[in-house]
Amino acid sequence: MSTKILMRGNEAVGEGALRAGCRFFFGYPITPQNELFEFMATRLPQCGGTFLQSESELAGIHMILGAAAGGVRCMTSSSGPGFTLMGEGLTALAAARLPAVVVCVSRAGPGLGRIASAQSDYRLSTRGGGHGDYQCIVLGPGSAQELYELTYLAFELADRYSTPVIVLSDAILGQMMEPVELDTLPVIDPPEKEWAVRGKGKNPRKVIKVAPHTDQELVEWNRHLKKKYELIREKEQRYEAQDIDGASLVVVAFGSTSRIAQDAVMQAREEGLAVGLFRPISLWPFPEKGMKELRQAGIERFLVVEANNGQMIEDVRLALCGSAEVIQYGVGGGHIFAPDEIYEQIKMAVR
Amino acid sequence: MAEWKCVFRLPRAMTDVPFPYCPGCSHGIIHRLVAEVMDELDITGKAIGITSAGCSVRNWRQFDCDMVMALHGRGPAVATGLKRARPEAIVFTYQGDGDLAAIGTGEIIHAASRCERITVIYVNNGVFGATGGQQAPTTLIEQKTTSYPKGRDPRFSGYPLKMAELLSMVSPDSYIARTSVHDVKHILATKKAIREAFSVQMEDLGFGLVEILSACPTNWKLDPLSSLERIKREVIPYYPLGTFSSPRKEAR
Repeated sequence: MSTKILMRGNEAVGEGALRAGCRFFFGYPITPQNELFEFMATRLPQCGGTFLQSESELAGIHMILGAAAGGVRCMTSSSGPGFTLMGEGLTALAAARLPAVVVCVSRAGPGLGRIASAQSDYRLSTRGGGHGDYQCIVLGPGSAQELYELTYLAFELADRYSTPVIVLSDAILGQMMEPVELDTLPVIDPPEKEWAVRGKGKNPRKVIKVAPHTDQELVEWNRHLKKKYELIREKEQRYEAQDIDGASLVVVAFGSTSRIAQDAVMQAREEGLAVGLFRPISLWPFPEKGMKELRQAGIERFLVVEANNGQMIEDVRLALCGSAEVIQYGVGGGHIFAPDEIYEQIKMAVR
Repeated sequence: MAEWKCVFRLPRAMTDVPFPYCPGCSHGIIHRLVAEVMDELDITGKAIGITSAGCSVRNWRQFDCDMVMALHGRGPAVATGLKRARPEAIVFTYQGDGDLAAIGTGEIIHAASRCERITVIYVNNGVFGATGGQQAPTTLIEQKTTSYPKGRDPRFSGYPLKMAELLSMVSPDSYIARTSVHDVKHILATKKAIREAFSVQMEDLGFGLVEILSACPTNWKLDPLSSLERIKREVIPYYPLGTFSSPRKEAR
């Protein structure tokens, strides 16, 4: 029997976390992520878990660090202004090699901005979010079903690589209601982590460090991180490409914008325009391999559509290394794209 | 052959790594007191210590129990997450006055108001030690620091924060005390307070915090003995010793 349920994107994230065995949530209210916060507040105690409202996002992310050090699956969530405050904890989690999941339901910035949707936290997320030389894995879901599945995947990846993982949602995805099929994923009872601190008992003690003791240790530490990030780059690129064969233009869009762009691309194809769509799902690592395949397939023009003033275009350009023409269409926060609007851009860009 | 009798040894909860501290610094004494209490309560096997930023940043090398490093001021938040995830563990933070009373003010006030079942060892020496003697929130009025070489002027840079009093106002289920380590009598009283701050956690009675008045001869520009004398003459009059709250009915 199917268990398809109509739910908000923010709730789908919560369902994915519970299914992945997350039993600890620490966070601070901020719109437009509140439904996720409230979902966890209601559901975690029912599942024997712990929900705690922190005094700030700063405290929340460090509570996550403590819980992660204790070896449990844990999560926090926020939006732009609060996500900025979490940068300090993200770099500490990465340094300590601790697994945790952080959800950013983006809203329009800069500054306090407004609660309208935007994709303006792309750069902050994909560049780690804090100081120092580190990365977070960043996943960019495009539907409620994907919010559910990619949140679940985020916990798996966090544990696999012992590193923080960001799920980059936005106000549109978080607030939109869609049917979600829950049975696509098994319920997990996460395995115990042998490195976690619980009190040493009769064993040698463990230390979870956010700083090395010597310069030499620091060099080794950064070498280890670099190697890990190279492995993630190799193994975890995710993307979706459609209507690529014979396309003269490919639209590149992620998250909520990719859903709108999909309609525009369909409309363009109905009008006989040779247009395809490329949707990055892992935002870090950016799906460079997929971009290279497009170049090999002879695509020479790319239209990057994103709800910001031009952030993902930097990664598209890096992936293409000047080998193709890249145009960007973006509107900063406060604006929701209409399919017709993107269709007009496609018409102007296609040759 | 005379029998050798052991009268003094390293606490079992302490490693044999030498202290990195300056001569006359109180951290060594306080580390030892914490370790002795851990031995006496037999909790080293289930204790998890949280380090802070500052002079004591490397004290994960001194305590022979599980340790987690926290960033500047965030110890109480890390301890909260850890204790909630592993309630069977005995969780303590070890924080200086820059860490706890400046950058970490938010975290400590809310951990105290939630009466988190954690123990806080709060070392108050009135200056930022590791960074070179800048003004701390606890620096006394007119005391000279590298931030304000002419001395602390409260109209310009505020009054010294009395954290033990302040926290006892927001934390009904707690043991909060201020002690000093300037002489043997007070060192013994400090040990008793540390023991109680761990005991209230172990008995699930509440939050425990001991503010310990300490010497920093290097940044006070005094020799070790004069520094101890200064605690007695200048620091204690502003920071009175005592118990500010207790979760035990008989103590109220």
